[in-house]
Amino acid sequence: MFEIGPFLLDTVLFVVFPYVSLVVFLIVSIRRYRSESFTYSSLSSQFLENKHHFWGLVPFHYGIIVVLVGHVVAFLLPREILWWNSHPARLYILEGSAFVAALLCMVGLVSIIIRRITDPKIRIVTSVADWVIFGNFIVQILSGLYVALFHSWGSSWFASLAAPYLWSLVTLTPDITYVTAMPWMVKLHIVSAYTMIAFAPFTRLVHILVVPNPYLWRKPQVVRWYGIRRKSKRSTAESGAFVDASN
Amino acid sequence: MNVRSQISMVFHLDKCIGCHTCSIACKNIWTDRKGTEYMWWNNVETKPGTGFPTKWEDQEKYRGGWELRDGKLVLKSTSKAKTVTNIFHNPSMPSMDDYYEPWTYKYDELFNAPEGSDQPTARPVSMVTGEYINVESGPNWDDDLGGSRIYAESDPNLKGLSEEQRQQLSAVERLVLFYFPRICNHCLNPSCVASCPSGALYKRGEDGIVLIDQKRCRGWRACVAACPYKKTFYNWSTGKSEKCVLCYPRLETGEAPACFHSCVGRIRYLGVLLYDADRLEEVAKLPDEQLIDGHRSLILDPHDPEVIAAARKNDIHDSVIESAQNSPVYKFVKEWKIALPPHIEFRTLPMLFYVPPMSPVMANRNDDTVSSVSDEFFHDIEQARVPLQFLANLFGAGHQGKLLYALKKQKAVRVYRRSRTVGDIPMKTAEAILREADCTVEEAEGIYKLTSLCTFEERFVIPPMHREEAIEMMKDPQEHKTAVGFGFLDPPKRGL
Ligand code: HEM
Ligand code: SF4
Ligand code: SF4
Repeated sequence: MFEIGPFLLDTVLFVVFPYVSLVVFLIVSIRRYRSESFTYSSLSSQFLENKHHFWGLVPFHYGIIVVLVGHVVAFLLPREILWWNSHPARLYILEGSAFVAALLCMVGLVSIIIRRITDPKIRIVTSVADWVIFGNFIVQILSGLYVALFHSWGSSWFASLAAPYLWSLVTLTPDITYVTAMPWMVKLHIVSAYTMIAFAPFTRLVHILVVPNPYLWRKPQVVRWYGIRRKSKRSTAESGAFVDASN
Repeated sequence: MNVRSQISMVFHLDKCIGCHTCSIACKNIWTDRKGTEYMWWNNVETKPGTGFPTKWEDQEKYRGGWELRDGKLVLKSTSKAKTVTNIFHNPSMPSMDDYYEPWTYKYDELFNAPEGSDQPTARPVSMVTGEYINVESGPNWDDDLGGSRIYAESDPNLKGLSEEQRQQLSAVERLVLFYFPRICNHCLNPSCVASCPSGALYKRGEDGIVLIDQKRCRGWRACVAACPYKKTFYNWSTGKSEKCVLCYPRLETGEAPACFHSCVGRIRYLGVLLYDADRLEEVAKLPDEQLIDGHRSLILDPHDPEVIAAARKNDIHDSVIESAQNSPVYKFVKEWKIALPPHIEFRTLPMLFYVPPMSPVMANRNDDTVSSVSDEFFHDIEQARVPLQFLANLFGAGHQGKLLYALKKQKAVRVYRRSRTVGDIPMKTAEAILREADCTVEEAEGIYKLTSLCTFEERFVIPPMHREEAIEMMKDPQEHKTAVGFGFLDPPKRGL
């Protein structure tokens, strides 16, 4: 009887919750994109306050993107990570840069939060959803930093324990034996991540889904025509290299 | 030849009285919503002066428009690579401080003030925070130079003027100013469009109106930095950028845009120009002093059978070609060559042209006597109170040639009409001046008529927009009618 409790909790947190949050994420973000695409925006506040802005947004984004990409790479290529880490020098480089990125992210976040509290104009454009994200991020980043410091070496055991766990979820054969034995701070870090995935589609975090990639290969000028008939003729009429016809 | 049609504009600056009616008409229709209070898609500036946003013409500060770098046309503020690094914080982004903090007044304090010995006042409150503020600047803060020289002296167009010329501008007894109404130029090579990471900005193929797709805009705000005329604005409430739409819903029903329609001085003209889209890049790359001629050469003669054939091939409707043939803009820009693009050196190829102001010096006051400046009735162009170099910085990329031509022709028309109507100038003299100004008698009459006697229909030659065709191409009009309903289907509400 008594053993079922924690086991049940683990099942809920590490099997049910990830699926629920993923489903919520997909359904809500797709629905929002289709019927309320107007609300997809980074909701930039740079126009209202232009100086402090730099010191929060830039370190935060560079930090979070490096950390996020790191997690994805370790998930996709666990064996390569282990190979890389087989050399202590390389292990230190990897762990060191990941730690610096996380610190950068934390510093940026603190700066963002201070700006949101102190500037009267920025306070006006701060929503409850923003505070939910900030709270979530604080838990996420602090637990991550703690784990990196006290449960080393994260990059190695992520590859050998967390990656297989995540893969077991992806392949629909959930196996939580990898996580049940983990320290509670690691568990907190994982659960907090799922919370963020579940919340993201309701918040400004949807801007990550619409990051501008076509810009890198489209032509400078964009022209849109009314309808179908013109479209067929356009391919012959359009010859300039400067004006994009495909839109 | 790749013929396209473009709705283009002319503003005749000698006729603008600086009444701001145009700005108010626009504000009432488009920008009276939350987040847009500070926007003036149409604004009227006093020149010399700093404008709105403050010193917008100074591209060292704002980094708008294009520049030539190693023979390539590149945006000053961004590039494909810079989009990646600058997207989190755009270093060229202006902030509300460069415009002004919009405000209203607490009117209820007038009514609810307790009885006392003081007059009750309505204190200003910020329309962003709702808190009391001290109003320190506004959208036309330097209107009529606002009682101070500081504004005039900070005008970026004073570059290259001698100390004497500067003095001439600002000496109180000879103080001179003119008005400079501005809207989006609906450029042929818009830097706003080219800068948008999401591809949300576009030029409408059929009429050249530049719009921002509100559903595709993600608030990366690259266009705000990239437009050298600062005519895209960031809506701080919805997190989307907005700009002048040239009142396209009005144009589509055959009405002139609100600012044109309401213009008290009747300074505004609107009509179609046909242009060759294949030569855009080539022209935008010309050296500064050739830009005006290059820009003009893009504009095609709508009477030329070859142009007409090419236009038809590109699906330009006969009614639009006909409209182009009657376009007042074509006359001002291409036939008479008296309307010039503003700051062509920004290389966006603006399609709003200005007839430069003459600001004549009629007389000078010396102590207590007033004496004529010139023996002739009309002053020499070179003695205009606004130094030519100043106007050339605005309308000639710093070069006086095209500007002198436009002013001389205008002066010749005045002399000629004076000779016709008053008769104190011999016709021979008038005709000689016309010839010198490269102007025939018919042309002079044409300029005179379209400048001073123009009717509504002559000022605004609006082409049929054929939106109905667009709908028919996609679906049955009856079905469309029942499906669309009124207003936005997707409400323009801020995301969380
Ligand atoms: C990868 C591409 C990304 C791009 C291009 C991007 C871009 C932006 C932009 C333009 C803003 C608005 C900044 C402003 O106020 O001017 C923003 C805000 C924000 N972004 Fe991102 N972002 C990206 C990734 C991420 C990621 C991965 C996260 C977190 C998981 C994130 C979290 C946030 C948060 C929390 C804010 C709000 C900051 C505030 O309160 O001011 N972003 N982002
Ligand atoms: S004036 Fe500015 S906003 Fe208008 S089309 Fe030109 S670049 Fe774009
Ligand atoms: S309404 Fe016409 S005359 Fe009045 S300020 Fe505007 S452009 Fe000038």
